[in-house]
Amino acid sequence: MPPKGRIEVDEKYCKGCELCVDACPQDVLGLAAERINAKGYHPAELIEAGCTGCGICTIVCPEAAITVYREVTKAQGNQ
Amino acid sequence: MNTLEQDLEKLVYERPDTLVETTTHYCPGCTHGVAHRLIAEVIEEMGLRDRTIGVASVGCSVFAYNYFDFDFVQAPHGRAPAMATGVKRTLPDRVVLTYQGDGDLASIGMGEIVHAAARGENITVVFLNNANYGMTGGQMAPTTLPGQKTSTSPSGRDVETAGFPIRASEMLSTLDGSSYVVRRSLHDPKSIRLAKKALRTAFEVQIRGLGFSMVELLSICPTNWGMTPVDSLHWLESNMLPYYPVGDYKINPIVAEIKI
Ligand SMILES: Cc1ncc(C[n+]2csc(CCOP(=O)(O)OP(=O)(O)O)c2C)c(N)n1
Ligand code: SF4
Ligand code: SF4
Ligand code: SF4
Ligand SMILES: [Mg+2]
Repeated sequence: MPPKGRIEVDEKYCKGCELCVDACPQDVLGLAAERINAKGYHPAELIEAGCTGCGICTIVCPEAAITVYREVTKAQGNQ
Repeated sequence: MNTLEQDLEKLVYERPDTLVETTTHYCPGCTHGVAHRLIAEVIEEMGLRDRTIGVASVGCSVFAYNYFDFDFVQAPHGRAPAMATGVKRTLPDRVVLTYQGDGDLASIGMGEIVHAAARGENITVVFLNNANYGMTGGQMAPTTLPGQKTSTSPSGRDVETAGFPIRASEMLSTLDGSSYVVRRSLHDPKSIRLAKKALRTAFEVQIRGLGFSMVELLSICPTNWGMTPVDSLHWLESNMLPYYPVGDYKINPIVAEIKI
């Protein structure tokens, strides 16, 4: 199973440039067509499941707008 | 005793604190922003924030001092290496960087950069090459490619009258004072990673007192190139990279010992 992750886009920074959309290897990013931020841009968002938390979107984002999390599955002993 | 599967989340990436919490004036997709982010990440990872002084230049990055959370001064057009020389010689324990565009560095500021490198000034130059004067409306720069259309070369740069583009990294690497001179590109994730590593190395070079270091970064200007950001990345890859190959143009032998 590929790792599971998610991203958060800080919408005040996003300029809807689509560099993250183009770079995402899972094709799970898109621009929010129905929403604009204070500067008038359609911000990027996850549009479907399948984010692996690889972080590639953050490497190309010129606005440092993206935060990435990845799930770590831990078997926990519970005494 | 039972074992339960618990899903935990770990943080993979977040915006560095070394970037001020403010929006920038850069156009959507402009890789000035990527270069800023990389510098901020490297300064933060190296723990240099309290002793770094940036020298901003004139060009689209003229407001760079508003975006980095460390000290900054602003130089007149082209004079950032001269100002950085003064700052570094006065405060030798600080890490001093200039951030300059190709118009600033290779046109009006060509004298300053050549002599700073020739003197082996112990400063780090971040040289953003986007093959035009972005700020003033996309005019032809010394780095504009043969045939490239700009607002002052509407039929494409004619090398018969406008001469040939200057490869600043190759040229500066011939000077004995330069210690670390490399070119990287910001057009894809792998190249961006390598660019970050080069910035890290350049600051290590300065900290070790090895002399002049410069990282040239090939960058896009979607607004003046008249393309989408994604198309601009492809244009950079197919047009700039052949003329401006990424590579290590000057590596002081001691640099090979730096492990990152
Ligand atoms: C002394 C002086 N001459 C000319 C200008 C006009 N000017 C402002 S920015 C610029 C060129 C900037 O191009 P570059 O350094 O490539 O930066 P970019 O905007 O492309 O990042 C020029 C010629 C000026 N501000 N000061
Ligand atoms: S972390 Fe990776 S998979 Fe998830 S959105 Fe970003 S680029 Fe796509
Ligand atoms: S790369 Fe950054 S600024 Fe561009 S659309 Fe994605 S999140 Fe927004
Ligand atoms: S004019 Fe060009 S270099 Fe300047 S901010 Fe816009 S895209 Fe970037
Ligand atoms: Mg320029």
